[in-house]
Amino acid sequence: MRFKAELSNPEIIKPILRQVEVLAGKMAKDIRIMEVCGTHTVSLRKSGIHSLLPENIKLISGPGCPVCVTPTGYLDNALALVEDNRAVIATFGDMLKVPGSKGISLSRYMGTGRVRMVYSPTDLLDMALQSKKPVVFLGIGFETTIPTVASVFLKAEQEKIANLFLYTAFKVVIPALRVLLDIPDRYLDGFLLPGHVSAIIGTEAYSLLEEPGGVPGVVAGFEPADMLFAILLLLRQIFKGENRVENAYPRVVKADGNPRAREIIERLLTPGSEPWRGLGIIPDGSRKLKDEFRRLDAKVAFDLPEIKDYDPPGCICASVILGQKSPIECSLFGKRCTPENPVGPCMVSSEGSCAAYLKYGE
Amino acid sequence: MCLAVPLEIKEILDNERAVAIQGSAEMEINISLVENPAAGDFVIFHAGFAIETLDIIEAEARLDLFKEMTTE
Repeated sequence: MRFKAELSNPEIIKPILRQVEVLAGKMAKDIRIMEVCGTHTVSLRKSGIHSLLPENIKLISGPGCPVCVTPTGYLDNALALVEDNRAVIATFGDMLKVPGSKGISLSRYMGTGRVRMVYSPTDLLDMALQSKKPVVFLGIGFETTIPTVASVFLKAEQEKIANLFLYTAFKVVIPALRVLLDIPDRYLDGFLLPGHVSAIIGTEAYSLLEEPGGVPGVVAGFEPADMLFAILLLLRQIFKGENRVENAYPRVVKADGNPRAREIIERLLTPGSEPWRGLGIIPDGSRKLKDEFRRLDAKVAFDLPEIKDYDPPGCICASVILGQKSPIECSLFGKRCTPENPVGPCMVSSEGSCAAYLKYGE
Repeated sequence: MCLAVPLEIKEILDNERAVAIQGSAEMEINISLVENPAAGDFVIFHAGFAIETLDIIEAEARLDLFKEMTTE
């Protein structure tokens, strides 16, 4: 794709950066911008954009890393299913290395046939048909991922595949933004909004940011020029004291998003209020199976206990997700907690703030 | 986990499936989440699915805007 190369071209990036520098120079205080999406956390650092920004522009990683906001109790329940040999766990690779509360992760069972990694939920139908045991898929992710999983489970229901179950821990972005906006003594000046979640929900979904007391939000793509330009648009609004939602990724994101994908989500799932690591229970912040699809629900089929949040001793992942602390403030960071031997989820996921800070620098 | 990449559709197989070009390789993708996909379209690909189509006209316009900034 030629756009990709051009959007990383230094000749394209330099003039945008220059405007960012000029504007930042006119603002005396620190400007704190939260990148909501974990994929932005990685892309900003991998491309080096974070190190090019003026000193007073601070990037804060938000709650958009699905692995990081999934409570440990969820993983404990999944591990128990494997340990008791009650089901095969199928999961995206991101969840494999996350330690449960006893320090053991699903990766321990890779190669035994009891834990299977999938690249696409479409692999699940064949996997279930070929399995003599129940297969439980770990349903984590935000709106980008949810429709892909929902589509497959609607099909499983239609084809009456009796041994495929979904263990939902899906999260949605807007209720989390509401929580972040409502924190007293808010320390955020603007949101860099997630490009691919927005492809599904559309820019109209962010109207809460435009209410009195809101902050500016700009939807960004993932190439260096995309992200830097979105930061420039945010600074322009912050400078003028505005709080509008702008779309800096119009080649992919529309005002009303992808209604077809949302319809598929809504056919299978309904809003739920479940715990997020760091943020606690967010009203309607989760998606769970509708009652009519109870048959697919791993919580029902295996009578899974309600999940509790649990932070490993010394781990500050919860505060990092809220943007209240930086990974470098953690006494475990880079010492006892590394990507090879992660203590907490912000280090496990390559999209976690701690892993990204360690790999690419602050 | 929201990593998604643009791919070009080479051939529509049926209502759900298409062949897409990824570099020098080809792969089958699910197209059931997008409206009226056609051969030659670029789509944003995530977890086995096209989750949205990529608007080439908007992409060109954005690039033009950035190029104008280089001459300002």
